[in-house]
Amino acid sequence: MRDVAVVSFAQTHHAREVSDINEVEMLMPLMGEALAGSGIPKDRIDFVCSASSDYLAGQPFSFVMSLDAFGPWPPISESHVDMDGAWALYEAWVKMQMGKTDVALIYAYGKSSPGDIRRVLSRQMDPYTVGPLWLDPVSMAALQARVGLEAGTFTVEQMAEVVARNRRAGATNPYAQLGGEVDPAALLAEPEFVAPLRKHDCPPITDGAAVVVIAAGDAARELSDRPAWIRGIDHRIEAHALGLRDLTRSVSTEQAAARAGVADGPVDLAELHAPFSHQELIIGDALGLADGVDVNPSGGPLCANPIMTAGLIRIGEAATRISRGGGDRAVAHATSGPCLQQNLVCVLEGE
Amino acid sequence: MSSTAGAPTGGDVLKAPNVIEYPFSRTTGPVIGAFMTGMREGIIVGIKGADGRVIVPPQEYDPVTAEELTEIVEVGDAGVVTTWCWVNEPLTDQPLDRPFAWAMIRLDGADTDLVHAVDTDGDQAVMATGMRVKARWLPARPADVDTEADGGTSAGSDDSGYRVGHILDIACFEPEGVPE
Repeated sequence: MRDVAVVSFAQTHHAREVSDINEVEMLMPLMGEALAGSGIPKDRIDFVCSASSDYLAGQPFSFVMSLDAFGPWPPISESHVDMDGAWALYEAWVKMQMGKTDVALIYAYGKSSPGDIRRVLSRQMDPYTVGPLWLDPVSMAALQARVGLEAGTFTVEQMAEVVARNRRAGATNPYAQLGGEVDPAALLAEPEFVAPLRKHDCPPITDGAAVVVIAAGDAARELSDRPAWIRGIDHRIEAHALGLRDLTRSVSTEQAAARAGVADGPVDLAELHAPFSHQELIIGDALGLADGVDVNPSGGPLCANPIMTAGLIRIGEAATRISRGGGDRAVAHATSGPCLQQNLVCVLEGE
Repeated sequence: MSSTAGAPTGGDVLKAPNVIEYPFSRTTGPVIGAFMTGMREGIIVGIKGADGRVIVPPQEYDPVTAEELTEIVEVGDAGVVTTWCWVNEPLTDQPLDRPFAWAMIRLDGADTDLVHAVDTDGDQAVMATGMRVKARWLPARPADVDTEADGGTSAGSDDSGYRVGHILDIACFEPEGVPE
């Protein structure tokens, strides 16, 4: 296996609605920050991989236009996934394992504000037996939360604690959309939104983008004073239909964590892409995180959840902390699909 | 970067409607097709999985072993709520336009849960895990109605008010024991 590391990361100041600029204009400053801002010459990039959803843009092949943010001339080698940017990073990592690429730029973006994100995401369901119901992700997460609550897997008090801890961390993150001190007891006094979920158990609706640069071997050492080495990365998927899964567990996260080697050493911090409060508890269990692990020091997706991007941000946040000496070993997690259907786990280490 | 932060500019932004269309017809195949044919007849079917459990709605392949599945099994149109959530403000196009519950329902004879809406006349207090619910079917299409009026290509509920072979041939579920 070739050693591959995250060497640069940039993200937008996430906001509920960014209507005055388009996706290319959101991405261009990030390209500059991730490349020139980090001393990485643009001509060192030999692969570009992007992540976005045509369903958000309302237009087929919408990602092609976003390449203007990088500038695809002279012709570049590039690819795209209709998945979270964490999977675009996985594709670039695989390409590096093939030995064809030394430095890759990954970007992801999502503007939810032009549409109704709950209705848009209902389109990812089985088009025959679920899609016509317009069952939305908040309702699906609420169905999952009640299974866990009634099985005793977690409590509403634990869910409120997750929200309070993430919001507190979000206050220290200048890029986060939400943040601040909230009293868990006060959260529980708020009315239910889609019972048993309250609004704060759900992620904010966010427009945002992110860029990550990864590099192999000596290129990584050259481009970063302290690269965040990817020691393990794996993703697994479960059945699509909610009725076929044990919603109190994340089996695919357990499988990916085992293959990525999460348990091979102590974990200093974890960035978890758990958009709903109870899902952070499920993912934490699936990863086998010990007490004392700093979970979501960025505030996580409960403080900013740009669709198609929030998983890549987890990798960028975890890597940045390692590169700055804020930890030696981190776990980053990304999810996709209804109720944690698909999960990616990435183990990052400093040297 | 700072240019991306801050409030929207509101009325200055040019906006236009954008309708996405999918102008294709698809066939549903032997498994989903059997489910839809059953729906039209007022019958729910599942399929026997590799481990013998009855999967509803039926899947073409086993979710664990990926074996091709073929044994269609009829199940009941009533069952037990295994989890539910309460929707105070239904979204556009959801099955009910007043407060309702989504539920996962273990139909009689099934080993997995079907997701559908439950109508309790807007009363959340009626909902409970373990309660029994039954399907509220649309009526069968009368024999004198031309089933080929749309060329037989109806890709979904045709708004006729009759069963056509669609998940919304069940308008919703309702607590068992509610008088017709």
